[in-house]
Amino acid sequence: MKAALTRYSPLLLLAAVWEAAPRLGLIDKDTLPPLSAVLRAWMELLRDGDLAVNGLSSLQNLSAGLALGVVVGVTLGILMAWYRPIEILINPLIRVLYPLPRSALIPVTILWFGLGAASKIAAVFLGCLLPVVIGAFNGARGVEQVLIWSALAAGAKRHQVLWDVVLPAAMPEILAGIRNALALSFILLVAAELLISQRGMGYLISSFGEGGAYDAMFAGVLTVSAVGFFADRLYLLLMRRALRWRA
Amino acid sequence: MAGVSAIGQALLRWASILGVLALWQGFAEAHVVSAFLLPAFSTVVVRLYHDVVSGDVILGIALTLYRAFAGFALAAVAGIAIGVMIARVPPMRWFFDPLVSIGLPMPKIAFLPVFILWFGVFDASKILMVAFSAVFPVVVSAWAAADGVEHVLLWSALSLGASRAQLLWEIALPSSLPQIFTGLQVAMPIALIVEIISEMAMGGEGLGGSIMTDMRFADSPGVFAGILAIAIVGAGLVRAMELIRRRLLVWHAEASAA
Repeated sequence: MKAALTRYSPLLLLAAVWEAAPRLGLIDKDTLPPLSAVLRAWMELLRDGDLAVNGLSSLQNLSAGLALGVVVGVTLGILMAWYRPIEILINPLIRVLYPLPRSALIPVTILWFGLGAASKIAAVFLGCLLPVVIGAFNGARGVEQVLIWSALAAGAKRHQVLWDVVLPAAMPEILAGIRNALALSFILLVAAELLISQRGMGYLISSFGEGGAYDAMFAGVLTVSAVGFFADRLYLLLMRRALRWRA
Repeated sequence: MAGVSAIGQALLRWASILGVLALWQGFAEAHVVSAFLLPAFSTVVVRLYHDVVSGDVILGIALTLYRAFAGFALAAVAGIAIGVMIARVPPMRWFFDPLVSIGLPMPKIAFLPVFILWFGVFDASKILMVAFSAVFPVVVSAWAAADGVEHVLLWSALSLGASRAQLLWEIALPSSLPQIFTGLQVAMPIALIVEIISEMAMGGEGLGGSIMTDMRFADSPGVFAGILAIAIVGAGLVRAMELIRRRLLVWHAEASAA
């Protein structure tokens, strides 16, 4: 407890400066509303349901896009490692598309799917697909041949080998790929919502910013940052859990 | 034999890309989807060509790269300085350790409206947003690199009479270079991604700004031509970083391993 307090004491220091600077007039209150005002605005958002409605919408779109990306990505990556023709077909496309800054695709998702949830899900999906494919491909390619041969020799069918040997053995790299995808999905979702949307945390933040409700805007920014941070920590925890059998 | 299979591989590689482009063209010409949703590849290329000749794309690339590089450079300098100081100076570690561990996984893009509020919607705001987003991986890699400098190297240099400055410039920095460069290679795509988002949100031309404008005017060939231009720039940057890495680390074991 004391160790954690010492470790995170700089944050308390920053919080104190954040509260004091605008109150003492060192910074204009519109530039940086005092922390207490931001927290009050947050409570207000919680009470009037803005946070629940927009937060839920963001989480839904994020999970849908990410889940789609994980399912398609893992399937594609493992098939690429398992069937040479698929690798020859897909790998060059991935190499060409990988360096494309994924945020450039947001306008296309809007052209294709409009302003609603579908375009956000598509943006998240496109953003997180490739890291998952590459993680699954590298993981499945690195599976020791001996494992596969023994399974085949023991009479396993090919799809059983894929499911029971290749997938678990590739799991560490798949999970690492998904962690990258998680970070990217937050970036793409929030960016897409900031740019054009009618709902979601990004929409909430940008509309408060445009309306001059800066304490509420900061409350939204802090919420998104905190959720992103804890999502990563939670994922890390689950990932270590899931990989415990390997140690 | 190896040469033949290399050529065969190259052909195969291009075959699938050409195949997709042909499919795209065929789809569009058969009007499977409307030309608005998917303009023909040839239309997009012609559009890109016109935009290049008129100078629009060149100007866009120049503006985007200028701001992305400026932000990236800020992130690199500040990130390496902070990372090395964290490793070396205990009070710096006390202060920055929690900030970095929270800042690294946090979706920094949510701060975009804050940057608009604080710095406006022009170049400075975009450059600082890029720097803020890209600095964390650099700090972490520089920190790890500076922490990992082998003490034997430092001791030998010291016993040979090296000064502290020499220790930094001739031992510590070169031996941490591979790891620091890895951080920079992570930071570069982030810089480009965030620069494009910032342009889309704040305007001010550039490749991101122009595809957003095209989208607002429902000019889908313009959007696709812009994405093509961004894809080319992105691929060029990734490639350039790889080449620079090989150049810089020519003396390092990893260069001969490749």
